[in-house]
Formats: sequence, C-alpha cells, structure tokens
Amino acid sequence: MEIKCTGVAGTMESSDAMVTIEQGSGGIQLQLSSPVIHRFGNHMRSVILETLDRLGVKDAVVTVVDKGALDCTLKARVEGAAFRAAQCSEEQIPWGGAVR
Amino acid sequence: MSHPDKKRLRRSMMFLNCQKPALIKDPYIYQPDSIMLDLEDAVAENQKDAARFSLYHALREIDYRGVERVVRINGLDTPHWKEDIRVCVAGGADVIRIPKCTCGADVHTVERDVLAAEREFGREEGSTLLMAALESCYGVLNCLEICKASDRLIGVALSGGDYTRDLQTGITGTGVELTGARQHMIIAARAAGVQCFDTVFTNLGDMEGFRRETETIHMMGFDGKSLVNPRQIPIVHEIFTPKEKDIIFAEKVVQEIDSKKAQGIGVFTVDGKMIDIAFYDGAKRTLMLAKAAGVYGGNLV
Amino acid sequence: MINAVGRDIPEEVMKATGRDIFRGSLYHDNREYTKAAPTVRAKIDPTRSKLVGSIREALNRCGAHDGMTISFHHHFREGDYVVNMVMEEIHNMGLRNIRICASSLGKAHDPIVPYIEDGTITSILSSGVRGKIGEAISNGKLRDIAVMYSHGGRVRCIEEGRVHIDIAFIGAPTADECGNLRPNGGKSNCGVLSYAYADAQYADHVVAVTDCLVPFPNIPASISMVNVDYVCTVDAIGDPAKIATGAAKPTTDQRKLLMAKYCTDFVVATPYFKEGFIYQTGVGGASIASTIYLAEVMRQRNIRMGLGLGGIATPMVRLLEEGLIGKLVDTQDFDLGAVESVGSNPNHIEITGSEYANPMNKGAYVNQLDFVILAALEVDIHFNCNVITDSTGLITGAQGGHPDTAAGAKCTIVITPLLQGRSPAVCADVTTVTTPGESVDVVVTEYGLAVNPLRPDLMEAARSCGVPIYTIEELKDMAYAIVGTPEPIQFGDRIVGIVEARDGSIIDVVRQIKEFEFAD
Repeated sequence: MEIKCTGVAGTMESSDAMVTIEQGSGGIQLQLSSPVIHRFGNHMRSVILETLDRLGVKDAVVTVVDKGALDCTLKARVEGAAFRAAQCSEEQIPWGGAVR
Repeated sequence: MSHPDKKRLRRSMMFLNCQKPALIKDPYIYQPDSIMLDLEDAVAENQKDAARFSLYHALREIDYRGVERVVRINGLDTPHWKEDIRVCVAGGADVIRIPKCTCGADVHTVERDVLAAEREFGREEGSTLLMAALESCYGVLNCLEICKASDRLIGVALSGGDYTRDLQTGITGTGVELTGARQHMIIAARAAGVQCFDTVFTNLGDMEGFRRETETIHMMGFDGKSLVNPRQIPIVHEIFTPKEKDIIFAEKVVQEIDSKKAQGIGVFTVDGKMIDIAFYDGAKRTLMLAKAAGVYGGNLV
Repeated sequence: MINAVGRDIPEEVMKATGRDIFRGSLYHDNREYTKAAPTVRAKIDPTRSKLVGSIREALNRCGAHDGMTISFHHHFREGDYVVNMVMEEIHNMGLRNIRICASSLGKAHDPIVPYIEDGTITSILSSGVRGKIGEAISNGKLRDIAVMYSHGGRVRCIEEGRVHIDIAFIGAPTADECGNLRPNGGKSNCGVLSYAYADAQYADHVVAVTDCLVPFPNIPASISMVNVDYVCTVDAIGDPAKIATGAAKPTTDQRKLLMAKYCTDFVVATPYFKEGFIYQTGVGGASIASTIYLAEVMRQRNIRMGLGLGGIATPMVRLLEEGLIGKLVDTQDFDLGAVESVGSNPNHIEITGSEYANPMNKGAYVNQLDFVILAALEVDIHFNCNVITDSTGLITGAQGGHPDTAAGAKCTIVITPLLQGRSPAVCADVTTVTTPGESVDVVVTEYGLAVNPLRPDLMEAARSCGVPIYTIEELKDMAYAIVGTPEPIQFGDRIVGIVEARDGSIIDVVRQIKEFEFAD
C-alpha cells in the first residue's frame, strides 16, 4: 500500500487511539505513547507493526497516541489511517483479507 | 436458506455509535437483548470510513456474550450503504437495519447486496437477517408490503423523529402523533408474522414518561423498543416481564398442547378456558419472556 | 523479608525506616505501649499575647531549625495556602533537611516541589501525595524514603512517638487571640479540624494560622487554646471555592450507576442491613450513587441508618435531614452542604482522627462500621487493594481511611470497574498493596461481584441479591480476556517510599519510576 498523503484516524477519547501515518523515508518509524505503555507497550507495538505489514505499508512514519484502546480499536485506527493515507478508505476494503 | 433466531426476544435494542470505542467494547454488561451499532446518524459524514474499520473488528473480536448485534447502515440514498453491507456481512453482523425504508423494493435492493456479500465473504447464504426502519408516512403505509418483502426480515421499527416530521408535527410527549403509525405497524407486522419495535425515547430526564410510553407499546403488542441509554433497559425488561399467573397458564398451555397434539386432539381446555393450537406461539413467547427476566426456571423454552 | 501480603521488604528499608514488616491486621492487638508527650512551654503570664504578625515571626518564636519536623492538616483540600506559605518562609530562612508530617498533600502543593529538589525538604510523611509532589517522590527526588500512612495510622504514628512534631501549623477558619480554633464562622470554612487534633496535642509548638480573628471566646472550639502557642493572622489561608465546592452532580455514567446498583443490591441482602446500621462511603460517583440507591431501599423498607461516618458530602447530609440517618460523625467535609450542616445540625458531629480510625487507641469508630463502600485503582486475586500508584507506577493517590475502615467494618465492599481504560483493575497482583486482602470482603464490578473466600457467610447474601457472582479469579480472567495479560511495570531499583500498614509496619514499598523500554 502506497502512502500518498498524511492519513489520520481515531480520537483522543478514553479507550480510543489517534493514529497518524505519513510518508516515510525508508522503513517504518513508529512512535507510540500510551498510559498503559508499561503493561502493554510491547504487545501494542507488535499489533501495530503486524497490521501495517498485512496492509503492505513498508515505508511510513507512524504516530500512535493511545488512550487505552483495545487491540480491535488499535487495528481499526491503524487501518483507517493507512487507507486514508493511501486515499482508498471508502470502498472495496479487503474485509477478511488484509483487514482482519 | 436458514434463518438463525428470527424470533428471538428483542425487548431492548440499544443504539451505540460505532465510532466510540468506549461504548462498543462491553455494552453487554447492561444486558440488552440486542445492540444496534450505528453507522448512520451517529457517525459524522467524514468518519463513515473509519467507523467501518471499528465495526469490523468489533464484530470479529469482541465477545458480545449472546447479545444480538444489529448494525444500522446508511440510507440507500447515500454513497455509503454498499460498503456498509460488505463490512456487516464480512464481520458477521446478526441483523442489518435498513434506515428510511419506504417499500418492499428497498428491502429487495439491500437483500441483493447482502446475498452478493455473503457469497464474496464465504458466509452462509441467508445467515444475515434484515430489519426495516420506517421513517416516513409512505413507509408506514407500505408496512405490510415491507414486512413480506424478504424471508430474512425479522421485523419493522418505527423511527418517530423523521416520521413525525413527515407528518408535519413533532414528538409531543403524549404519543398521540404516533398512535396511527404504531397501530398500523403492529397490525401489519403480526399479519406478516414478523416483529415490531417502537421508536426511541430521547428525553433522559423524563424516566416516568419513558415508563408510560413503554407500558403503552407493550399493551399494543410491540416486541420491544429502540433505546438510547442503558438506564432504559431495566425498565423495558421489567414491563415486558409476564405476570406470575400468565406464566403458570402459559406453562399449562404448552404442556397440554405438546401432550395432546400427538393424539390428534385439536381443542382442549386449560383452567376451564377453551384453547387451541393458536395459543401455542403466544404461550411460548410468554415463557421466553419470563425466562429472560429470570422468573421462569422451567425447560419448556 | 516476606510480609503477610507476600511482599518482599528489603532489610535495608526496614533498617532505614526503623519499621517491621506487616504481620497481619491483628498482630499488634493488645500491645502495651507508652504514648509520646510534647515538650510544652508554660504560659503563666496572662498579659503575654499569642498573636504574631507573620509566619516568619512564628517560626522564629518556635525556634525553627534545620532538620525539624513540621506538620499540616489537609482540611482545606485543593484550596490550601498554608503549606505553601509556611514552606516558602522556611525556604527563605535558608533552613534545610525539613521533614513534613502531613495528613495529606495534593495538587495545591505543587509549588513546594522546588524545595524538595533543593534539599529544603528531605523527608515526607503523608497519607498520600497527589500532583507534582507525587511525581517528585516517584522520580527519586526526595532524599529520604517517603512514608505513606493511613489517617488512623498517622495518629498512631504521632501518638506512639514514631514521628515527633516540632511545629504544627494548623490552618483555622476562625481563631481567637487565645488560640481557640473553629472550622466555621470565617472566610474559608472547612467544617471540621479532625486531623489537626493529634498535631495540637503532640507537637512541641503549635501555631494557628487564620485569616479571620474573632473575639474571645471562639467556642465550642475544635482545637482548644490549651494546646496552641501562637496565633498568626494572614490575608488568606485558602481559596474558599476549592475548600468547599458545590455539591457534585450525581453521576450519569452508566457504568458507575450499574456498579452502584449492584453494590446496593448486595448491601440490602446482607444481615447487616437492619435498623440502626452504621455506614461509610466515599465521594466517588459510584459511591454517591450507591448511597442514593440505598436511600430508596431504606425508605421502602423503613430502615434507618444509625450512624454515617467519615468524609461527608451533601447526599449524606440530605439523608440526615430527611431523618433517614440518626447521626453523622464527621472527619472531613467535601462540599458546602457538609460544611454548613456540621456547623449547624446538632446530629452532625465532628470527631478527631484518633476517634475515627487510630488502630492503637482503645477503640475507634471504624470498628463499629457495618459497611464501608470503597474504591480502588487495583484489586488482586488475594483481594489486596492499591489506592496509591497508577498504571505507570507513579504515586497519584492517598490511602486516606481506606485501610482503617476496611479493617474495622463488618462488611468491606470495594467498587471498581473491571477495567480502568486498558488497565485491568482486577488483576493477578496489585502494583502496590495499600490495604490487605484480609480486610476486603466483597469486590463489586460492573460485570458482577466476588466474595472473599474468608467470608463464606456473605455468600448467602450474594446468591440472593441477583447480581452475577464470580470468583475473584474469574473476574481477573474476564479482564485479561478483554485486554490481554499485562506485563509488570518497569521500575527503577531505588525504593522511594514505603506504605505503612495501620499498625506502623511495612505492607509494601514503592520504587522509583522509569521510562518504559521496549523488549528489544
């Protein structure tokens, strides 16, 4: 998936996460902040990276401001931001394929 | 085609905004019969895409513990509804609620896309149920046609806000403006053998008004009510809980019919009342309601 | 050494703080000890005035010196000015190595953090430390190991002589020139002065700080002139708007209301819910809501509460006025309604911190409680509770009366949502033990409740109350199934604080916080 512009999804509300995906300069650069970073930081990082990997995002700057999101929300926000960044978030989403 | 749980209890159907993770993560703690994950009015126009991702993962990954998952899609007059159907079916929603349904053809339109999506995502054909929200005078008048439009259709729901605007009035709190629609819809739904759900009551400051309205629609024969807040749930369930004497009678009816119908007897008496097979479904429903309310521990349902 | 809640307390911490490990709630029952006593300067000359014009003058007259211990109460809550103005003066005098013995410290005291950093303050004892002081301690900026005690534990600590107060500064809404102090009648009323009573009795020097000097006699006095050396008048002792706020609106948070409903359903199913029952609750949304639900049942069944105890807010006052409560026995007022009531209603009575909760006197009010409804940041499968450290290990809360009331009440109920954001509030092991599980009888969540296996007698009530019942392990498993199994918080090595059990032993330690590091 090619990052064409900056994509943002999510909110700063409790149990949500705000994800921003921008064009990168080689590889994935992830910045993650969370009130539960000590408890779930490693796990959250792998969820984010695996989600990006499934979407074929290889080159991006990814900023995640987590507010206590569950995995399902974290994935949804990463996907939302990525599809928006690739300007193809509105239809023919590969539900059950790359999005799962 | 198979239809899972077309007739399950749906006393309480609670609206939740798909874009609010804090709301959709565990609404089952409030014990509604159904939740209605909303992609339509609750979600801003520029967040429809993001809401679908949330919905998909919620449907796939959150264990709603037996609470039925209804999704309200966007209207057929929007650019969103086709993708909404794809995500509902892919995620395994139990029921899709069609907003602003005006006629049987609307149901057919949705049904075609649902079938295509079931095929695309390898879901069992017919496994996705439908319900229709009637939000206009035209829709209400076409209620019977809508109720009979699809085998997937579990029932119809009144959407009072839009409907009363179409009537050129508004929600008055007296219920008088909704009387005709309610009466017409419940008659049509029963004639077609589907369920019928009442509109939301949005004034959370008036719990007594909510209680009166729920009592009214319960007496009219409605199966349940759309809700906007968890505190409305226990009131609905209380009102829909059968009285003890009705439970005892229903138990006898079911037992009597079960034992006699094998012998080919068509008419019997229970407690001196003449009954026949027509009583059976109603009695079963009474026992289901009683069981859901925790006041019937038997095994007839 | 491993203590009675399974925490390993390093020997060097025991040595540095001079404290034993926690050996169980009743370990010190019947222990004999001799109370400490203050060194008092007689005031025989009736013409000598106690009035001083400034904090500086009071400090000088009391012989303020390096290494002294000073004390404060927290009845002005987040509106307090006294701590900051006294510390500023001490700092200006160039004094060092000061120990603060406070009943609690909060965000209002953020301005004293620089004095921790520059060595003016090197030691802190407090019920808890919210705000920037908590951050400073958690970041290892305080020289000594901080001591966090309960409200009852603090009184014991002072009465036993574990801490000796050189100068007590008692903010008083009204004072006369002889030093009779009242919590009402002034510009900045706080309702009661309960936690200052031990300070007045046991400090060598007692300075009243007031912004409302009234004619003698200012009686009935909460703190009597017999214990007060000086009366210092200042422009303002606090911000009235933050001392006594308007009554909090009842919560509309459905999760809290559900927990409150479950709590009340359980309470009324227990044998303790009968005419004259004795009850304490907090001021969190769920606690207040459960009181409101409880009142409905009390009206229906015509059952009255004999006594309501502890920190008081308007909902309890209204029940007193309605006749549903016989007496309110008060140690802290959270809003204007409570302040006004304790100042005017003869059935609303102020008591001292010792009367409230001291485990080492001859019987405190907490021991008479039938119910206490508490909150917690975390509760574990051993029913141990944490009320002071958050999901990053930072000190953000205070013990308050949590361990005292839990130990005393016949039925201790902890209300907590199963999850606080993504943090499982019901967990395998709390980050910091502040209240031992042996004192906690029931945990109520929005998913259902769990009864401590030590209390099989309460299971019957639980079964009949209609709330879903789980074991505490099942609640924990449900939480983990939703959020995943949390990793332990990454701490630094240094121990920055101890949590004192009521009896003065060490129930747990708090370590320095540290920036999170990814696994690889």
